[in-house]
Amino acid sequence: MASTTGESSRILHEIETLKSAKFDLERRISALESQLHNLNQPHNNGVSNASSTSPSTFPHGLSPDMIYRYSRHLLLPSFGVQGQLRLSKSSVLVVGAGGLGSPALLYLAASGVGRLGIVDHDVVELNNMHRQIIHTEAYIGRSKVESAAATCRSINSTVQIVEHKEALRTSNALEIFSKYDIIVDATDNAPSRYMISDCCVVLGKPLVSGAALGLEGQLTVYNYNGGPCYRCLFPTPPPTTACQRCADSGVLGVVPGIIGCLQALEAIKIASAVGDPLSGRMLLFDALAARIRIVKIRGRSVQCEVCGENSEFKAAQFQEFDYEKFTQSPLSTSPLKLKLLEPNSRISAREYRDRLHSNESHVLVDVRPEHHFKIVSLPNSLNIPLASLDGRLEEVVSALKEEEHKHKQKSKSSSNGDVELYVVCRRGNDSQRAVKYLQENGYPSAKDIIGGLEGWAQEVDPTFPSY
Amino acid sequence: MKAMKEQEDGFGSADRYGEDKVEQLVQIKTLFFARARDLTGTNDVLLEIPLGSTTKDCLDKIVGKFPRLEEILGCVVLALNEDYTTESTVVKDGDELAIIPPISGG
Repeated sequence: MASTTGESSRILHEIETLKSAKFDLERRISALESQLHNLNQPHNNGVSNASSTSPSTFPHGLSPDMIYRYSRHLLLPSFGVQGQLRLSKSSVLVVGAGGLGSPALLYLAASGVGRLGIVDHDVVELNNMHRQIIHTEAYIGRSKVESAAATCRSINSTVQIVEHKEALRTSNALEIFSKYDIIVDATDNAPSRYMISDCCVVLGKPLVSGAALGLEGQLTVYNYNGGPCYRCLFPTPPPTTACQRCADSGVLGVVPGIIGCLQALEAIKIASAVGDPLSGRMLLFDALAARIRIVKIRGRSVQCEVCGENSEFKAAQFQEFDYEKFTQSPLSTSPLKLKLLEPNSRISAREYRDRLHSNESHVLVDVRPEHHFKIVSLPNSLNIPLASLDGRLEEVVSALKEEEHKHKQKSKSSSNGDVELYVVCRRGNDSQRAVKYLQENGYPSAKDIIGGLEGWAQEVDPTFPSY
Repeated sequence: MKAMKEQEDGFGSADRYGEDKVEQLVQIKTLFFARARDLTGTNDVLLEIPLGSTTKDCLDKIVGKFPRLEEILGCVVLALNEDYTTESTVVKDGDELAIIPPISGG
């Protein structure tokens, strides 16, 4: 047994060493490619010139390599040489290298956009991989921007890839956006969406906006050809309860994939000036019903506070605007940490473990939705989702009685050994709401487990699955 | 009596041409998207509403049936037959009214 453990740790160590070496090599290759590209650029009008004996460019400006690489684009009568040339002279910024940004970036790089910027401050995680298809396992724990940039370069080394490894804020958005022709919103939260739209209005940039959650997706082009901006459509932000995140509600991986591909398509259409962009219209994708609807939406609102006739919203106002306050939700994707309870109404995961070990008589109620409970749960926990706690209080009562009965039999004493009542959820927010409710309904000593099952995994059992 | 009750409720497609002279009703199919689906627990609902009603009247009726929708109605796109609409637009029999809250995820 000991030798097997030794052997596997040796192998693990070697894998880590090799992965690290591979990562360094990939970064070096990426950097050199980008250096080479920049060297070629000024002398060749943005056209890469690898190795050729034939003339480096033809009168239209496409090199032989470009003609071959993009031949299927050039063969399209409605796209052709002109479309490809316009595309190669355009610059697109993708904000967010996640579920939407991954396919958008892959297609934008492959199709030959001249300059492609990527903004993100996050790192790649294992639970991203089912939908964020630009990242590979080797990049888990590393910057999403670096990872996405490396993949883009490996697909098309002639595209100039620009890495913005920072969170988008009002302090840097104007400067970053001003360097690009088209902005692609591939973010995952409401404040970012308002901030990106406002910044596009201030700078007069078209915005290709996509969103996906669960089994639905939405797509539209804002601030383009007299069309509306995000605020014309949604002048008042949604209530915080309506702002759902993939991390809470789930998302079928291919759904943002489809919307991200459509975002790339719309950005390419705008960049190459072909077709009718999805401005003044919104595409709604319903994965379960296999249905795509396109609805007409309102035009630009003259009363819009940002793009309207009398709007005073300029760069200075943008930089002062508090988007987190406006939407009542954080710009960063870090999950909410509520503090609803007094410290003496809460116990840590470690304390709960100690009480388990000491065979303390208790009932543990898990208030997560049933489909969460099915993923993983603590032994002997009773699942009563928060939403139905009100109507299922009886179950708590009978569980407490049963536990009390067991306790009395075991201890054979007549002492009324109080049965403790604990509540757990995924991260420790809903459990506080539940405890508050229980305390107000006859269980003043109810307590919740701080940090929920995530806390349990971190403090007590690292093998307990996270999701 | 039956006809009156139907008028009050106005959902479903019960016999609406009773013996009594009742207000003429139109049928509107309401489609829910994103958060509106979660809050109502359904993708669509058929509602009957007096001739000459507006989309606002439809919304009021829907909120009556699904009170939880109220919280999101300040931030939705409305479409009537896949076209832009305002709250004062008069609905016709067979119209489709879509309630589309924005999705933020990605």
